Amino acid sequence: MSRMLRGSTLVRHGLMFLGLTVVLLLLTSFVFDAYTNYNVTEVAILAISAAGLTVLTGINGQVSLGHGALMMIGAYTTSVLLTWHPDLPLVLMLVASIVTTGIAGAIVGIAGARLRGPYLAGATLALAVALPQVPSHFASIFGGNQGLSVPTPTPPPFLGANFTQEEWLAWIALAAGVITFFVLANLVRGATGRRFRMVRDNEVAARLAGVDVARTQILAYVISAACAGLAGSLFAYWVTRTSPSAFTLNLSLSLLTAIVIGGLGSLVGAVVGSFILVYLPVWTGGFASSLNLSSNVANNVPLAIYGIVLIVAILVFPRGIAGGFASILRGATRVLGPSRRSPSLPTAPETPSQ
Amino acid sequence: MRLFVIYTVDGITNGMVYAAVALALVMIWRATRIINYAQGAMAMFTTYIALTVIRHGAPYWVGFVVALAAGMVIGAVTERVLVRPVESRPPLNAVILSLGVLILLEAIAPMLFGGQTQSFPVPVSNIDIVAGTTSLPVAPFGLFTVGAVLVAMLLLFLVFQRTTLGLRMRAAAFNPEIARLLGIRVGRMLTLGWGLAALLGALAGMLAAPSVYLYPSNMDEVLVFGFTGAIIGGLESPVGAVAGAVGVGLALSYVSGYIGADLAPLGGFVILIVVLMLRPQGLFSFGRQRQV
Repeated sequence: MSRMLRGSTLVRHGLMFLGLTVVLLLLTSFVFDAYTNYNVTEVAILAISAAGLTVLTGINGQVSLGHGALMMIGAYTTSVLLTWHPDLPLVLMLVASIVTTGIAGAIVGIAGARLRGPYLAGATLALAVALPQVPSHFASIFGGNQGLSVPTPTPPPFLGANFTQEEWLAWIALAAGVITFFVLANLVRGATGRRFRMVRDNEVAARLAGVDVARTQILAYVISAACAGLAGSLFAYWVTRTSPSAFTLNLSLSLLTAIVIGGLGSLVGAVVGSFILVYLPVWTGGFASSLNLSSNVANNVPLAIYGIVLIVAILVFPRGIAGGFASILRGATRVLGPSRRSPSLPTAPETPSQ
Repeated sequence: MRLFVIYTVDGITNGMVYAAVALALVMIWRATRIINYAQGAMAMFTTYIALTVIRHGAPYWVGFVVALAAGMVIGAVTERVLVRPVESRPPLNAVILSLGVLILLEAIAPMLFGGQTQSFPVPVSNIDIVAGTTSLPVAPFGLFTVGAVLVAMLLLFLVFQRTTLGLRMRAAAFNPEIARLLGIRVGRMLTLGWGLAALLGALAGMLAAPSVYLYPSNMDEVLVFGFTGAIIGGLESPVGAVAGAVGVGLALSYVSGYIGADLAPLGGFVILIVVLMLRPQGLFSFGRQRQV
């Protein structure tokens, strides 16, 4: 058994993630209140999207400033389908959103595979600004600026009468999150992940080793977009209304900052970053409203603190907060270690992103 | 035909504002290999400073000069204090840093100046010129916009091409190691370069504010369109940046006029993708192609 655990990543990850699922579902039902469940759902949704971005940017080295736009495609797929056929099951909506966004990701990826650094960043940034204008123009399909309303999924009857909609949505989001992370964790550790990293670290060497660079980059984009689509679909259920104003440039930029703050290239970092994205405003907002500031000041304290956290984190923890803690731990255990230089990203010395 | 002329004039006028942003981005890119995503937010901030000065009774021109000076200071301080430590780090760190500055400025602005959308004054009339009985499709402020950006570009060109300081700045950007060996204070040149770029951005902010109004994220789209223009132009070439930005301005104006204002950003995106598919390094970049 222990040999099997050490030998097979799949089995080890499977047991780990199964345990995680049970713990999370028990927590949502017996420990968290409705508000916590609401926030935990958001963390799960952002973490799914951020995990996809981690694969793309952290592991494959392609930067995206437009992942909010991909989430929007997922959200609108779900919302439009539900407007046409309100009875379709939720799982089908999630799958449909994954498929459409994955196709969109393939198109962006084919275009993006030729672009490097700031050129790719600029193209994805332009996408993030351009796409939210489409629903406003084609209002008959997408409901214009008002958006489309999405019914909250009702829990199945066998869970009992006391089982709330918040709990059910949290279960769905957490289950989707655990499955996503299980799939990605295996993918990243396997041959595909190695090819992704190879292309990131040295394209010439990757090509010499027989890796099709463009195909690898497009695959990374499709996987990443599929995650964004899943997150977008869940996001639609969570907000209960899909409108262009939910998919601002800020959402796209927040996702990128979250994965870097959490620790670039690590799936755990994507969770840490998403947690910060959700809970920093919750905590700092409570703090700000306790100070009796004017509303102009109080409303913007969370955003200002987030900006400061980003700046300080980049200056003090160049490897992200997760990496920062890791290096503090390592420093504590090896006080007299030979390396006294400040850590920088050793995993991605030539990350071609800007 | 008359509509076409109107759209063309509008496109060129907006394009010149994008050109100022594009040129600011290119100056910083050439000197430090960093895209300053906070350029738009810095311009928003300096425009708020100008509005505050004007609201306190000072003439427009005092506000104008204060905004440009404030831009220079913000740019220089940002480079010296925040950007310098990450210059030698992986590029993504600088991206996140500038996004942090962007978020911080957009959060502080409403704290200091109020969050509601404000109108912004123009120094000269914003109503189309009437010659005899026909109304020309251009307003004095449009002419001022184009003229101000052209003058700023000409001054920058003279500084970079005709002065010793400009030569030092070009050397520092071209090869920091050798410039340092020749006794040039490379760090100071970079700080100055960021200051000048932010000054240009502040100019763009002053020129854009009367039409896009003033609110904390008012320059987000202007930054994206300026960046789009800079990329189409190839990021390395100031001439390319200006040409690309004016092209973007024209394209947005035609799409918005003939198809629908909603779709203008999508038009900009499509053009960017088409150009990049044909030339992944932009139109005016003649450097070595990427080799794989």
